[in-house]
Amino acid sequence: MADMKIGAYVCQGCGLGERLDTKALAQVAQKEGKAHIVREHEFLCNAQGVAMIQKDIDEEGVNRVVIGACSRRAKAEAFHFPTVAVSRVNLREQVIWSQPATDEARELTQEMAEDYMRMGCAEAKKVVAPTPNAAVGTNKRILVVGGGVTGMTAALEAARAGYDVLLVEKTAALGGVMAKLFKRVPFREPYSDPQPTGVEDLVAAVTNEPRITVFLHATTTRTSGAPGQFSVDITTESGQTQTENVGAIVMASGFTPYDASRLPELGYGKSPNVVDQSGLEALALAAAAKGEPMRRPSDGREIKSVVFVQCAGQRDASGTHLRYCSGHCCNTSMKQAMYFKDQNPDIDTVVLFTDLRTPGNGEDFYRSAQKKGVTFTKGKVSGVEAAGDGSAVVKFHDLILDEPAATMAGVDLVVLATGQVPNSGVNIDIPADATDVDDKPVEHAVSVLNLTYRQGPDVPQLKYGFTDSHFICFPYETRRTGIYTAGPVRRPMDIAQAMDDATGAALKAIQEVENAALGRAAHPRSGDLSFPTFRREGCTQCKRCTVECPFGAIDEDEQRYPQFNEGRCRRCGTCMGACPVRVISFENYSIDSVGSQIKAVDVPDEFSEKPRILLLACENDAYPALDMAGVNRRVSSAFVRTIPVRCLGSVNTIWITDALNSGYDGVMLMGCKHGDEYQCHFVKGSELAAYRMSKIDDTLKNLNLEADRVRNLEVAITDMERVPQLINDYAAKIQEIGMSPFKGF
Amino acid sequence: MSDLNTTMVNEYRSNFLKEVEANVEEGRWVKMCMQCGVCSGSCPLGPAWEHPPQEIFMMIRAGKRDEVLKSESMWMCTSCYNCIVRCPRELPITHIMHGLANYAHRLGLAPKMNPTRRFAKIFWDNIVKSGRVNEIELSLRLYFMDGFKNGVEKAWSMKDIGLGMLKARRLNPLGFVTHKGCKDTKGIHRMLKKAREIEDRRKGFAA
Repeated sequence: MADMKIGAYVCQGCGLGERLDTKALAQVAQKEGKAHIVREHEFLCNAQGVAMIQKDIDEEGVNRVVIGACSRRAKAEAFHFPTVAVSRVNLREQVIWSQPATDEARELTQEMAEDYMRMGCAEAKKVVAPTPNAAVGTNKRILVVGGGVTGMTAALEAARAGYDVLLVEKTAALGGVMAKLFKRVPFREPYSDPQPTGVEDLVAAVTNEPRITVFLHATTTRTSGAPGQFSVDITTESGQTQTENVGAIVMASGFTPYDASRLPELGYGKSPNVVDQSGLEALALAAAAKGEPMRRPSDGREIKSVVFVQCAGQRDASGTHLRYCSGHCCNTSMKQAMYFKDQNPDIDTVVLFTDLRTPGNGEDFYRSAQKKGVTFTKGKVSGVEAAGDGSAVVKFHDLILDEPAATMAGVDLVVLATGQVPNSGVNIDIPADATDVDDKPVEHAVSVLNLTYRQGPDVPQLKYGFTDSHFICFPYETRRTGIYTAGPVRRPMDIAQAMDDATGAALKAIQEVENAALGRAAHPRSGDLSFPTFRREGCTQCKRCTVECPFGAIDEDEQRYPQFNEGRCRRCGTCMGACPVRVISFENYSIDSVGSQIKAVDVPDEFSEKPRILLLACENDAYPALDMAGVNRRVSSAFVRTIPVRCLGSVNTIWITDALNSGYDGVMLMGCKHGDEYQCHFVKGSELAAYRMSKIDDTLKNLNLEADRVRNLEVAITDMERVPQLINDYAAKIQEIGMSPFKGF
Repeated sequence: MSDLNTTMVNEYRSNFLKEVEANVEEGRWVKMCMQCGVCSGSCPLGPAWEHPPQEIFMMIRAGKRDEVLKSESMWMCTSCYNCIVRCPRELPITHIMHGLANYAHRLGLAPKMNPTRRFAKIFWDNIVKSGRVNEIELSLRLYFMDGFKNGVEKAWSMKDIGLGMLKARRLNPLGFVTHKGCKDTKGIHRMLKKAREIEDRRKGFAA
């Protein structure tokens, strides 16, 4: 845009007119902000006010709009001018509502408002309305990896919504684990009896669906590209490879049962009469095929007594086995006990549990099992030993009767409820050449997707090897845009949950192919058209952006420059915060757009007793919390100037150095919680920020400043009571350490 | 041990749960206990029970026949019904406790000197005799069940209450002689005999 024409508008509604001298604000915008058109309006967000702005855009050629009214989080529909850059000045929530409505406070409140007007005009000069990316991918086919119940459901859901699907299955047939079950846990009223799995119908539906192309005996051997334009090599067992283009990927690679041979104390491997849950399904299927009751594997004798051992190698705090609960096993054991009870009520079936967990309507199923005479005993199994006659003795600690050495003798079959281990592929957080404590190379899993991404061949894992991400901030999402994991690879689950999960992932994939075709960002900056670009001449090829991008969006080209894949980008700006030479920017968010706001603030001299504190607040949680504090009229220091940032990860240390150099007395950063229980909407942003800020002490030392001049804080969106307190505490701290010596330079 | 006990041991062998289901009032509910422990926690006498209800249910399932039937625990129940009200699985716990106590008594396994059992027996004999409770006789039998000296001491300690009840005409000192039974004592006896027969037949107490 060649001619920059700023229109600045000051609203007088919502008490702004009474509390502030809007005329003075308009003058600030005109004289200091260099706005070409300046208008006050008594009710800016009404139709008349909006029409006034639109008229200036249409007739006066205004291409930067500065709106001094409420928070950018309010009235977004009214102040929606897609053709121009809009800069919102938050005079309501974070000025008049966060300051006392007294005459004494009037002067400071007005100063605050004037600073924010200056900042708004400064920002407006540095941003333009983003133009959509030209390199969008418009492929809307969906690739589903894995032909189990999750994969088949995802494929069917996507196909029935009108999208073409490629379904890749490693084995010779569709069905996965579901095809190896005798029956499934009931999934609708009355939740009382095991139900047929229905796998044949599902396979038939997938096979007969014209929109689905099935590849059996096939794996994905190479995946490159971005949403809307993935290129995938599908290799069959015979070695033939074909390359297909898809728009999004659903990864439903399922689980492997935990290796029960690692539980020798429970008799697995020592006696054929100790099986895991999948082993029992095999026995049940074989018996049903013959039309006979199930028999003891060791000698073919009819089974009279079965013990189910729950949490075998699961929920293990020692860390030797799985630490987590797989969720489905209690219901599964009840179902398997019913295999026996439904056939012959005289067969003794005992479920030995420590905590019985029956999610969903499993409580009804539990009751049904009790009615059928399945005995439930609370106890921790310590060992399974063979008796002479082929039967087993189960030793356990009875937790209700508190008998440490309780036993159950004459048991014909012991079933171990081992857990689900996700088929997540390679853990990209472990270097390829890593070694374990004994200096042996770590064995890596076989990759599922074989991504050509710089950060590694598979989707990042969250915890215990599951490819989940934060369940509140990123439902169904992974840290690879356009790739959605579903089913037990995401978290432990049963068939019913996997089918729900598959539907969710299919919808996410559809959403993404549609977004990608328009060049729009996915969650959480949904619909954002901006994307990062970099100034090639300035780049030093340090690779920090490619390494730190939480979404693996940046590869390297042949000349080792960063190669941005806009489709994969979530627009958090972590690359911008990382870049030491500051060459990365967005059209509407850059080092300059924030930096010029910092410099626009009027910093009074050392003797004024008016310190200035810069607050960089994450727009996802901290900024809404500040707004909410204002809505609830919580008073906070009038010396703070807040700038919302996309994520603390986008905070470049130059902003902090600049602020301190130009006389600010302190800098606060407010971002989301990081670490194991992270709440960062971009997963790694606040963590990276904390890491970078831990290094800022050196900078402060060089400037001869106190370490307290910079404070990094974790806040949540619910912290509306705490946030003003944090601000006031910090303002008091600044008062204590005194004014910055850098004023007036 | 009674013949009935031997019969039951032979009939159910190790499956005590089945025996309870067949012979104990509301016994079919025992398998539905989910071991949450709310009953034990709700019982006002809970700390005094050797095995609170939750444990009793678990012991039944674990086949601890003698330990359950010879236990004093279920005799502790005062029928306050707190456990029934609170049980999330809606087990009629009070009834099961009485059922177990009754069953243990029938088998001759109940602790001989358990005061609740003895009082229950005195009460039953008293009411059956005439079809109506003879209050003065009942209280005196209760006081003197542990011997004459004990009885005098107990009666003495209760004398104020007794006198108060006399004044309020709640206690008839001549009850021994003036007590009137119900109109058709024989009819009552016939009815009870029949009921016992039906119960025995249903539960297989053919002895």
